[in-house]
Amino acid sequence: MSSRRIPWLTFAAPRNFHLLVQVLVPWLAGVAVLLAIAGLYTGFFVAPPDYQQGNSYRIMFIHVPAAWMGMFLYLLMAMYAVIHLVWRIRLADVMARSLAPTGALMTFMALWTGALWGAPTWGTYWVWDARLTSTLILLFLYLGYMALRATVDDRESGGRAASLLALVGAINVPIIYFSVEWWHTLHQGMSVTLTSAPTMAPSMFAALLLMTGACWLYCAAITLRRAQVQVLEDEADAQWVRDLLQPPTAESARTAEDPAGTIREEGHS
Amino acid sequence: MWDGIGDFLAMGGHWPYVWGSYGLFALLLAAELLLQRHRHRRTRTVLNRRFRRTGSTRTHQGTGT
Repeated sequence: MSSRRIPWLTFAAPRNFHLLVQVLVPWLAGVAVLLAIAGLYTGFFVAPPDYQQGNSYRIMFIHVPAAWMGMFLYLLMAMYAVIHLVWRIRLADVMARSLAPTGALMTFMALWTGALWGAPTWGTYWVWDARLTSTLILLFLYLGYMALRATVDDRESGGRAASLLALVGAINVPIIYFSVEWWHTLHQGMSVTLTSAPTMAPSMFAALLLMTGACWLYCAAITLRRAQVQVLEDEADAQWVRDLLQPPTAESARTAEDPAGTIREEGHS
Repeated sequence: MWDGIGDFLAMGGHWPYVWGSYGLFALLLAAELLLQRHRHRRTRTVLNRRFRRTGSTRTHQGTGT
């Protein structure tokens, strides 16, 4: 398959991927910061207190984006795992591997902020509710994936085993998402769906969207950067890495092209 | 909306929950960023050192995809 026929495969080549990330990350990070500033301002200074929960509901502006990212990054990781398993594209494995720590962090933050939100709202930090339990399982899946990568010495077989785990574990994501509909337990139902208007004030919804955008872009920036460093380490023996880190001077380039110095001799004769 | 900075920080009495959430989130994101930056720099330093040691020896052209 030529990269000309499938343009996106161009960026599966390590060198092109490195260059793409170099351009993308500052933009992603910059816009993430702007969205976070706007989101925090809206969330704390524009959105009114909730008529029932008072100000504790403001935890939502990080709880919901963290939970969404935890699930989304896992699905993305599973997608890259499939690409790695089926087409053996190594960069897909690097991407899956780079998503795991940030996914685990987001899932942990969803649980942490959920516990701190639950305490004043439900009167408890934790219950074995379907949504909470399946999110805890998601965290364990991320940690299991990372542990598998870290403990298996052979990169290739370890990568395949981890990809398989990522793939099988993906079944947990729809369980988390629909758990509040399937089992009516303590966690509230969906406030935001694609098919109906949000059940909250517009300023609250705006803050939630801004913070979700910020979180999404942050995750994109940090995972791409992590993958970029992994690519550098994997490709340490490649000439493009050497050229990138120690750009050849005019003199060294001439020497490399013409080690015997024949051109210079001809010039002198 | 807020009656001074004290009122803002108190969060209507819910300050441990709100700031405990935002605080740890900020701390963990900062830690992730710093760790990532440290790894990036260390990788570049190690590779640069290796390239200086091995001189201008030609290596292979990369592994493609």
